[in-house]
Amino acid sequence: MSARQTLRSFILENYLFTDDASALADADSFLEKGILDSTGIMEVIFFIEEQFGIKVDDEEMIPDNLDSVDHLTAFVELKKAAA
Amino acid sequence: MCGIAGILDRRGGEHSPHRGQLDAMISQLRHRGPDGFGFLVQPPIGFAHARLSIIDLAGGDQPIFNEDRSISVIFNGEIFNYIELRAELETKGHRFYTHSDTEVIVHAYEEYGDDFVRLLNGQFAIALWDANRQRLLLIRDRVGIAPLFYTKEGARLLFASEIKAILPALSASPRLNPSALDQTFTFWAPLSPQTQFEHVFELPPGMLLVADANGEELRRYWDWQFPESADGYWSGSEEQLAGELRDLLIDATRIRLRADVPVGAYLSGGLDSSVLTSLIHKHTQTPLRTFSIGFEEASLDESSYQRLMIDHLQADHSHVVCANADVGTQLPDTIWHTETTVLRTAPVPMRRLSRLVREQGFKVVLTGEGSDEVLGGYDIFKEAKIRQFWASQPQSQWRPLLLKRLYPYLDVTPGRAQTYLQNFYGIGLDRPEQPCFSHLPRWDTTAKAKMFFSDAFKQQLTENCAARLEAELPAALARWAPFNRGQYLEAKGLLGSYLLCSQGDRMLMANSVEGRFPFLDHRVIEFAARLPPSLKMKVLNEKYLLKRAMQSYLPDAIVNRHKQPYRAPDVPAFIDKVSGQPLPYVAELLSDSSLREFGYFDPARVGLLLKKAVRGGAIGYRDNQALVGILSTQVWHHLFVKKSHF
Repeated sequence: MSARQTLRSFILENYLFTDDASALADADSFLEKGILDSTGIMEVIFFIEEQFGIKVDDEEMIPDNLDSVDHLTAFVELKKAAA
Repeated sequence: MCGIAGILDRRGGEHSPHRGQLDAMISQLRHRGPDGFGFLVQPPIGFAHARLSIIDLAGGDQPIFNEDRSISVIFNGEIFNYIELRAELETKGHRFYTHSDTEVIVHAYEEYGDDFVRLLNGQFAIALWDANRQRLLLIRDRVGIAPLFYTKEGARLLFASEIKAILPALSASPRLNPSALDQTFTFWAPLSPQTQFEHVFELPPGMLLVADANGEELRRYWDWQFPESADGYWSGSEEQLAGELRDLLIDATRIRLRADVPVGAYLSGGLDSSVLTSLIHKHTQTPLRTFSIGFEEASLDESSYQRLMIDHLQADHSHVVCANADVGTQLPDTIWHTETTVLRTAPVPMRRLSRLVREQGFKVVLTGEGSDEVLGGYDIFKEAKIRQFWASQPQSQWRPLLLKRLYPYLDVTPGRAQTYLQNFYGIGLDRPEQPCFSHLPRWDTTAKAKMFFSDAFKQQLTENCAARLEAELPAALARWAPFNRGQYLEAKGLLGSYLLCSQGDRMLMANSVEGRFPFLDHRVIEFAARLPPSLKMKVLNEKYLLKRAMQSYLPDAIVNRHKQPYRAPDVPAFIDKVSGQPLPYVAELLSDSSLREFGYFDPARVGLLLKKAVRGGAIGYRDNQALVGILSTQVWHHLFVKKSHF
């Protein structure tokens, strides 16, 4: 499974509680749509660190890196390439 | 406190209330009144009373009558100023035959009519029958300490302290009230007078219901009120006002120690219970007997502060630890008592605590509920204040960072904190004058749990509950200070509809223990309502005036400690520690088949939520509330609709 698919499944299953793919667009802002609260963001960070073997630095915990499937995918792929 | 139940049946003849019906009702309330039952059958009225003997143990059995027995009363609660009221009524010629507080009710009614209730300082649910005028009066105390529910079935009016006592007398089977569940999944409780049971209502706090041959009328005699302009606030110095507050609290505490049985106190280690126990210690002869609960989880445990107060006051203290496992296994019995969905497990340990009190031979405890609503203690008030401050300059980058002081978990990086703060707490920033500004973030978070409603259930929801609440707010609220508006919402909503009921009366009475609430003495409430908000929250120092008033009584560590909201373990309590699987009843009630059968929730979504819970890891407020809300609703249906046991 690609990083994108893994991330999509994770968000759908754990925050939208559905397997209906149409419930989440890759560009949907998690915050604006109320999909994640601040605890949810922590969970996502733990998940991507564990799942992809990367480390998220404090200054990287910003919406540009985390606030949608598109953002998360780009961030994860960047970190994996740099590792 | 006690339990009451009754029937008014206007049909007469063979339909008149009879002893068998009343027996069936009152037997459901034995836990509220284990010391004996009393009955009155006087068509069209039937009264039943379950007694918890606290004042006038030998002579105070109910019902109680006036001199010629034309007026009768059953009542659950206490009239703390009964001694003073009795003295006054005796000078007016009334003759008493007991030493109970109950008896002042019938004589005060004789003397003053319906307005007598304004003279009462207490907690009460009263049913009074005036045989000469053939009218029934149901009355509830100002803030909702004593419960009272009623329903109408044709020409019959039935009422009781708990809904379970009404159910045996109904011909229809209980059904869930969909809008009540929708409201609970927004406000943490149904909007009064609704209950989770269709067609069953609570008599709202501060109201009376008059029923006669023609029908029923509801009248309000009291409500939370705040100044509409600056000159409505007290103008004294801080020291003067602190002194007045202290004097009121001393008297409120003193009269709440009136009993013919020993009285204890809860001692959590927080400011409020520390205040009360200090007042008992310094201003009364009552030996200080205190009780507390602790938790396995260090982050929820307040034991070190409890120990500090126990040593400071030389209290005779009893303590019990609530294990996570207990919270999980005890939820069903808890819902039997709450009779409604809960979004937190907090009531469960409160029932364990009242059991400790009972086991130690006590029937009465003083406890600190109400202080946060009356004197400005909750984080939601702080949060609202910061958001108001922020709203005056919405583009400010640093104003919202004040919220980090409230919520340390947000303290990660400035950039991130800002965005998330803006998105969560910024709700409604563009309209800070909205009446419900203070509560919008909480309601928004809670309402996320509605994603778990089944499609079929959602179709039954025809009303926007926030709009309903707003429509029922008093017109004057728009003229109150924003801080006072938040207090009103919290007092009417959380306090009256949840804290005093599911977490308060129901958990105390489950073990036949009466709670008494000095901070909810109406003189304290009315005095505090006119305190300038800056004396309740000085910048971000909550309950400032209370701390100032009580500073000399308390150790600094108690005065200065960070407020720790009372929380019990949630989701992990429902997962067996050894097997890592949900407890058997949880697995059963959250199974596909049960969810489908009961119909409220979507089985696929709940399945994923449960899977997430079983997997462990961080569970945020949202998921916690959702799981506890779903599970407790399923338990409720099992107990009350299916009438099954566990």
